[in-house]
Amino acid sequence: MSSDVVETKRMKKQALGPYGPVGKALGELDDRLGVAKGGRSFLDKIFPDHWSFMLGEIALYSFVVLLVTGVFLSLYYIPSQAIVTYHGSYLPLDGARVTQAYASSVDLSFAVRAGLLMRQMHHWACDIFVGAIVVHMARVFFTGAFRKPRELNWTIGTTLLTLAIVNGFLGYSLPDDLVSGTGIRIAYSIVLSIPLVGTYLGFLAFGGNFPGTTVIPRFYIMHILIVPGIIIALVTFHLILLVRQKHTQFPGEGRTEENVVGSPMFPVFMAKTTGFLFIVGGVTALLGAFAQVNPIWQFGPYDAARISYAVQPDWYMGFLDGALRIFPAWSFHSFGYTIPFEVTIPAVIFPGLVFGLAYAWPALERFVTKDHAMHNLLDRPSNRPRRTAAGVAVLAALGMMFIASSTDVMANFFHLPLNSVLWAMRILVLLSPFVAYPITYKICQELQATKGGGKRKTANIVTRTEEGEYVATPAPVYVDDRHDELPATEVPKFITASPPAPEDDDGVRTIDR
Amino acid sequence: MSELHEHRTPVTLGGLAEDDPHLQPAAKNPGQVERVIALTFVLGTVLIAGFGACYWVNAAPWTLGATMGGGLFFLGVGLVAWGKYLMPKGPFVEDRHSLANSQVDRDAFAAAIVERGGGVIKRRKMLGGLLGGGLGIFGVVAIFPLLRSLGPLPKGTLFHTDWRSGSYAVDQSGRRVQVGDLAVGSIMTVFPEGTQDTDRGQAVDQTVLIRLSNQNFTTQKGRETWAPLGYVAYSKVCTHLGCPVGLYEQQLQLLVCPCHQSMFDVTNGAIPNFGPAPRPLPQLPLYIDGQGFIRAQSDYHVPVGPGFWERS
Repeated sequence: MSSDVVETKRMKKQALGPYGPVGKALGELDDRLGVAKGGRSFLDKIFPDHWSFMLGEIALYSFVVLLVTGVFLSLYYIPSQAIVTYHGSYLPLDGARVTQAYASSVDLSFAVRAGLLMRQMHHWACDIFVGAIVVHMARVFFTGAFRKPRELNWTIGTTLLTLAIVNGFLGYSLPDDLVSGTGIRIAYSIVLSIPLVGTYLGFLAFGGNFPGTTVIPRFYIMHILIVPGIIIALVTFHLILLVRQKHTQFPGEGRTEENVVGSPMFPVFMAKTTGFLFIVGGVTALLGAFAQVNPIWQFGPYDAARISYAVQPDWYMGFLDGALRIFPAWSFHSFGYTIPFEVTIPAVIFPGLVFGLAYAWPALERFVTKDHAMHNLLDRPSNRPRRTAAGVAVLAALGMMFIASSTDVMANFFHLPLNSVLWAMRILVLLSPFVAYPITYKICQELQATKGGGKRKTANIVTRTEEGEYVATPAPVYVDDRHDELPATEVPKFITASPPAPEDDDGVRTIDR
Repeated sequence: MSELHEHRTPVTLGGLAEDDPHLQPAAKNPGQVERVIALTFVLGTVLIAGFGACYWVNAAPWTLGATMGGGLFFLGVGLVAWGKYLMPKGPFVEDRHSLANSQVDRDAFAAAIVERGGGVIKRRKMLGGLLGGGLGIFGVVAIFPLLRSLGPLPKGTLFHTDWRSGSYAVDQSGRRVQVGDLAVGSIMTVFPEGTQDTDRGQAVDQTVLIRLSNQNFTTQKGRETWAPLGYVAYSKVCTHLGCPVGLYEQQLQLLVCPCHQSMFDVTNGAIPNFGPAPRPLPQLPLYIDGQGFIRAQSDYHVPVGPGFWERS
């Protein structure tokens, strides 16, 4: 009997084939969906290795953290501007008349298990998300990865940055605390400043004059459903295009416009990228644990007639805030109408120009360089001095505006008159692109002129012979600089195409007893 | 046993021998690396389990973050190191095929749209026009009643506040303000009576009441009666972006907006003398009635708050 059992098990195993239950399951799946070929080539897909290709992954994985922590928060947050008397677990606010949105935000921070951690992780992940997008975008820009055929993906990416900033602002507004409420007030005033239609847009968006009663519910549905939905769709499309067009790579030995050299999707890239997802999640959790962010219970509930000192938005709004601070009070009045240029120019026209330039850049560069060829190999930034210098100039001006958003803090910290700080920042913002451009251009030229730019130079060993002759011989290359990579090979085919197995004609299995 | 594997034989490494250097790990000392990775996995697992324990006993928030964050971090580092140092180092190559199709395929695609599709419409122009008209009307309908109902039209809303002739100025708690409530040089926020608890009152009607000493006060033309006994009232809504002008610099007699540092000279019609605000804060005409209550002569004469198109 016992040998019978063994036989049956063995036969069962044999019937499953050499790949066991996994092979069987995949077979069933392939019968229905035909996934074997495509799945195989997906697993064999080559991803080039370079540290800078990881920046987009940071953005993607911080977005995953945002989704997970955001779902948690949405279970406890109440998007209502109804006034309640606070009797929650944060005692200093006891008895205060606050909105339900604020009360639920404070309570989910203190009364809900892991609530504070989730809120802080969500906030940190958002700051990281926008930051990673910006740095990723800079990588794509400076290496020319946006060129044909990838212009569409650049456009999607720019849209994603815009949406990330918008959604960050919407989410930051939801707790209805004193600081975020002031931010909403400013946003409303910016909408009002749009010529001709501003007041209508403002009234439609806010359901009336500021503050109205619909801001929080509307921002909530935008923040948790509409904008993230669009972001998910665009991220998916972004990645599909990436897979379809294959990743760009830096030039190097064996790397051409017609191939991709790197590690296969499975298991090497998958291990690295999954590990990286954990690292991003882990770092966000550590930040959420140890770095306090947005302590709304200290700010207090929003009250349109109250305000506190040093009101600053999240970092990605800093350049706008800085622009609003340093722009002169140039209001335009004529024919019975007003254009508040002191708001419209820095907060509407200027960001419109910056993002418009980003959208238009691939076409602009094609127009200037007349380069319509396909590009799968990346540029070294130093080999494209004009593009690199232009990018640095724009970043310099934006960076100065970001710094300008803390004029009051700087004046306080350095004991300088606010007026001096303000004028210094005005000059720096205007001057910085014109200083940054030539300096960057020159650095690029110098790097180009350097043989083996970016690598250490090897010393010459000068020896004096018996006769007094001096001979210079190059010293051996540093170990780390030696190019000891193997020539690339195709992903090994673990399965060879073999003739189909002959089947038993009658379907009868003979069991060997 | 061997005949069990007769049909589908795994493992012929297409062109690569099992000991091919491409398939070797990148690490020079794989054994040591493996031990380090094992250590990170153990640490990560312990910390993740610790997270469960901390959550279970409702420990302090930082312990939750530290255990979960540390656990994920160690697992992640180990996994990345596994991929980087112990898996086949490669490099591997794959061809990049042009995505573009042949000209014939492109023409066929274009022809299907232009000739087949276009032809159908050309033959039935009226139907095309009707359908287009229907969709166009749908677009208008979508914008007009649907989008329109999101909010009221501005009409005159932005041009006036709730201050009326005779409105009592009350403080945040609704108490009427009287002469003598304010010392010279101090300020308070007031509202027209009845609005102090409303959103609109807070956002639109908020007004700063300041008691100045009369000596250095410059009266604007036509406002001679607006500031009785040194009581002067300005809209608290900044003319730049609408933040409450909540800071008062008593020595310099400036109202300061903390958002973008506009400064308004309260002794001279709240004219901005610093920052991005383009206009003075509107002044509320006041009078003091027989019982000593501070009241408004009328609404503000100009719209309060930031600029907008219809504002003259």
